[in-house]
Amino acid sequence: MLLIPCPNCGPRDETEFHYGGQAHVPYPENPNELTDTEWSRYLFYRENPKGIFAERWVHSTGCRQWFNMLRDTVSYDIKSVYPMGSKRPDRSPDGAPESGTASTGPDSTTTGSAAPSTSSTSFPSTTAPEGATK
Amino acid sequence: MAETAASPTSAKPNAEKNLAARVSPARQLADEFAAGSLAGTVEISEVPFLTMVGLRALAGSAAAERLAGVTGGLPAGSGAVAGHGEVSVLWLGPAEFLVVAPTEAHESLGGDLIPALRDALGGDAGQVVDLSANRTTFELTGPRARAVLEKGCSLDLHPRVFKAGTAFSTEIANIPAILWKTGDESFRIFPRASFAEFLGRWLLDAMREYASPEVP
Ligand SMILES: [Zn+2]
Repeated sequence: MLLIPCPNCGPRDETEFHYGGQAHVPYPENPNELTDTEWSRYLFYRENPKGIFAERWVHSTGCRQWFNMLRDTVSYDIKSVYPMGSKRPDRSPDGAPESGTASTGPDSTTTGSAAPSTSSTSFPSTTAPEGATK
Repeated sequence: MAETAASPTSAKPNAEKNLAARVSPARQLADEFAAGSLAGTVEISEVPFLTMVGLRALAGSAAAERLAGVTGGLPAGSGAVAGHGEVSVLWLGPAEFLVVAPTEAHESLGGDLIPALRDALGGDAGQVVDLSANRTTFELTGPRARAVLEKGCSLDLHPRVFKAGTAFSTEIANIPAILWKTGDESFRIFPRASFAEFLGRWLLDAMREYASPEVP
């Protein structure tokens, strides 16, 4: 059982949470312009790293708020918990500045300000806009 | 339904009619709750038909200020309970709260709490929703109440951590429930109506061992 530190409620059992998959996958700016292949890559293709993974969680039976978490997929160590819409804390800040109008609210529907990379090797790009992390 | 006697404060004949027509979610367990309660050790009962109102308002907004004016404050963070008199407000999330008030506060019985909250929110962003039928209330009291809850709740319920006057939305017996410590040895548990029978029976089972003398 993981003990997950909710930013609002403190440490709680994993059973109180639901998993939201990989974080930092921005919604395409113009979905209609994507090919079926690009769209399917946005919908279905996710990283599967051995090691640190940025992922989304929601405290379903507690405060019902979403947050991001860095977790080691090997050791299950939780390295960091940070708000929706902010950058990965383990990446150097020399990239593009924060571009989204990100919200830590539960109903944020903000989207990225640029189309995501759709190449198979780099999607989702780590330099993609950080505005949409849901 | 005989237990749902109308409060003396609700003089309206409609109020009595409304109450008489209601069946609480754990009504069918009333006899078992009475039989399973151990006086001076741990006792359980259902407190039916409390008035509950779901509030949503952004902290610091004008709407939140006006709602706080009606309830006697809004809680600031996880665990906190605000309120005034018989109206309590439990913290559920950064912008979400649960108002708990006596049965007579409901507008179907002539109470003005919910209309007052609705007026306070006005047309602003937020929510005032009557949730009185969403959950029922169990009252678990006695020196063994904490031990009973500890069988199915992973929060630290030790009094040095869990103080009287705090409430948490969490899991009890693997179902979502709100746990409110109302006194040193008394708890209110709010399961959703559909979970009431399950949780009631689970608590009765957890209480059973205290009917026998402790094995040294
Ligand atoms: Zn939480």
